[in-house]
Amino acid sequence: MQLESLYQEVILDHYRHPHHKGLREPYDAEVHHVNPLCGDEVTLRVALKDAGGEPVIGDVSYDSLGCSISQASASVMSELIIGKTVPEAMTVADEFLRLMQSQGELEPDEAVLGDGVAFAGVAKYPARIKCALLSWMAWKDATAQSVEAQSVEAQAVEAQAIEGAPDE
Amino acid sequence: MTLDVARVRKDFPILDRQVRDGQPLVYLDSANTSQKPRQVIEALDEFYERHNANIHRASHQLGEEATAAYEGARVKAAGFIGARDESEVVFTKNISEGINLVAYAMGNARSGRFQLGPGDEIVITEMEHHSNIVPWQLLCQRTGATLRWFGVTDDGELDLAGIGELITGRTKLVALAHQSNVLGTINPVRLIADRAHAAGALVLVDAAQSVPHMPVDVQELGADFLGFTSHKMCGPTGIGVLWGRRELLDELPPFLGGGEMIESVWMDHSTFAPPPHKFEAGTMPIAEAAGLAAAIDYLTEIGLDNIRAHEHELIGHALGALDGVDGLRVLGPADPGRRGAAISFTVDEVHPHDVSQVLDEHGVAVRAGHHCAWPLHRRYGISASTRASFYLYNTTAEVDTMVDAIRQAQRFFGGT
Repeated sequence: MQLESLYQEVILDHYRHPHHKGLREPYDAEVHHVNPLCGDEVTLRVALKDAGGEPVIGDVSYDSLGCSISQASASVMSELIIGKTVPEAMTVADEFLRLMQSQGELEPDEAVLGDGVAFAGVAKYPARIKCALLSWMAWKDATAQSVEAQSVEAQAVEAQAIEGAPDE
Repeated sequence: MTLDVARVRKDFPILDRQVRDGQPLVYLDSANTSQKPRQVIEALDEFYERHNANIHRASHQLGEEATAAYEGARVKAAGFIGARDESEVVFTKNISEGINLVAYAMGNARSGRFQLGPGDEIVITEMEHHSNIVPWQLLCQRTGATLRWFGVTDDGELDLAGIGELITGRTKLVALAHQSNVLGTINPVRLIADRAHAAGALVLVDAAQSVPHMPVDVQELGADFLGFTSHKMCGPTGIGVLWGRRELLDELPPFLGGGEMIESVWMDHSTFAPPPHKFEAGTMPIAEAAGLAAAIDYLTEIGLDNIRAHEHELIGHALGALDGVDGLRVLGPADPGRRGAAISFTVDEVHPHDVSQVLDEHGVAVRAGHHCAWPLHRRYGISASTRASFYLYNTTAEVDTMVDAIRQAQRFFGGT
């Protein structure tokens, strides 16, 4: 039976016991994404953390409605992403996208994807790929908005600093 | 005469297929698109192998034959739904295009009964397919008219309590489904049409889910426009029918401009062909029309009454069997006599996508999602459902296979 290759135990575990579900404060951006094919929905928040260098994903929280694949994917994604710098996290997201577009031909890299490798079987079911990608796309969108918001804020602070500086 | 399902199944080559590692195909997704009998497939082949040419504009023999096939299909479609004559039958790409045709043409009207503006109202229902919602939303946005709708009751019927307040002198058009593609509910079109006509409004019927499955007569329904689509009634994709009363088609402005729909063209203006050609711009789906004609012949020979009776038995069997599944809730009327051949349901703790995935693993093809009726799903507080839909080739044994597979899905996802 193919079912077990699609619904691996890891996926079912995350589905039954999702991590990081439930919206949390504080956050820098909140997005709402839907899958118009099936009506699955996710509301997702991202909080960035200033760690000196590259901005770090301080928190990802979400509220979602959908099938086991989309629910488990949101859980695995948040688990993988929190604590990584934005560029590191984007690399993971790109790798997950590559896996989903591989039609099942790609051997997933567990070092990069962690529990995300369990979704390799989903890539063989074209109708389910969007389920697996829903929360990742929402995260990318929210992160881009968070980075944007921070840079606007930084510019504002800078502008204020210049304005406030004593005249030469 | 009753329907001999074993004999019918022999007409559908695809039903011999095995899927997902050797499971026999159990196709329960006919409300989405139906399978095609050999007779229709052969009609398409024969058209391309022997008669292919463009219509109405070729003076050679093939052109005559192709035109005869295309216009012959129009005559058949007219007879199939009780139209007064074939000039009332407009071929479209599908029913979505048919509904859009009326909505856009109304938006083009600068005078007369089709002209819309602020204060005018279009009435639809909460159980419509997106195809019978969005074109009216767009029309209202273009014209300033107001969109209103019938709600639905908890048991999946139209809520007619407020009909007197809903259909008034302001109503220009009432658009509703003959049969819901989700709930299966067969709506009281005649009753609503009589109220609409008394108020001076027109009635458009989305018959995509009824025309394939039961005898439909536009006069009995009291419709002014009625649309259906070939691919849900054993015919090919790419062609649908918009029927309209001749005097209305005469008055309705054109929708798409192009070849074939004109009478005469100058550089600064044009005059238009009489209906139905006024609404058929460009080269039409000619082979598909021949295929649709074959589908109409096929269904007529079996008999729409027989198909309806066969499906009634399947629905009764399915409702009974589904009632025995713990945690399963059927949407729509409990009485098989009140509904057509589509049954949607939810299963506690198992998302419709996951139900349909497990069913697919058992060779059972159903549809999961909102079935292009998102507002209706919201009305019932759900985001999606699983839908099984039947046709003349389905058997009670297939229904049982589905019900067994639903129990498998419950076992598979039920663990903790």
